[in-house]
Amino acid sequence: MKVRVHVSLKPGVLDPQGRAIHHSLEGLGFSGVNDVRAGRLFELDVAESVTDEAIDDMCRKLLANMVIENYRIEKVAA
Amino acid sequence: MAFTSAVITFPGSNCDRDMAVALEKVSGTAPHRVWHGDSELPEGLDFIAVPGGFSYGDYLRCGAIASRSPIMQAVIAAADKGVPVLGVCNGFQVLTESGLLPGALLRNAGLNFVCREVGLEVVNAQSLFTNAYEAGQVVRIPVAHHDGNYFADEETLNRLEGEGRVAFRYAEEVNGSARSIAGVLNDAGNVLGMMPHPERAIETTHGGTDGRGLFESAIRGLVGA
Repeated sequence: MKVRVHVSLKPGVLDPQGRAIHHSLEGLGFSGVNDVRAGRLFELDVAESVTDEAIDDMCRKLLANMVIENYRIEKVAA
Repeated sequence: MAFTSAVITFPGSNCDRDMAVALEKVSGTAPHRVWHGDSELPEGLDFIAVPGGFSYGDYLRCGAIASRSPIMQAVIAAADKGVPVLGVCNGFQVLTESGLLPGALLRNAGLNFVCREVGLEVVNAQSLFTNAYEAGQVVRIPVAHHDGNYFADEETLNRLEGEGRVAFRYAEEVNGSARSIAGVLNDAGNVLGMMPHPERAIETTHGGTDGRGLFESAIRGLVGA
């Protein structure tokens, strides 16, 4: 089973990297970009026996830092 | 009474030797050196130091992998029992990632790696780690980090300030830290995390000795020297 975990900074947490990327996009001449937030994508290949609770636990215990980040789990059809 | 301390080394730690030298110079006793894969700490420790560096190459998030290593479970258990724990730089990141300290360290607001000596205001001069200083005193300590921008939610920041848990504040703009926080204490006061490197300022040949006070505070408090 393929699982994607999207980790993003919580609203309100400063994202200097997103800001730098935004600035760079503007430098390339792309207008109309209001904001950029950088995040992270994990692709997990897990056994069918792995429960949703376990995947949630993986996110909370390691993949995301709950102080500054949110996560979203997406199951990908094979 | 001898001062029994330990310095933890993770793959990628690079300030562990400096920390060990500082502890030995100030206390007179060489610390135990403990490897990340160990699951037990030496008996009867008075002090544990989690040093700076780039543990596990800063993979995932700075300090994230180290904070889940076997030895950190023992460090967390020791901290819960009241053993003093100092985390410097990457060590501070390890302590926030492990949940021993609140908040998180984000990428520096200016995106640059900052490597210079900075002014640091001692905010709480009554803690185990800072009692050799005066409250309000400004000391000069080097920083060297890319991810030292302290973040916590407003409620947590208010609580830290209200409870005297901000040990050090930057006396100048360094990395965008919330409320210029450079070092925080845990609730019980036995865990301190700070981005600046006191172990790099203990001898005149370092260009300054302002970091000595931190080790002197802890050693005097613990062995009554």
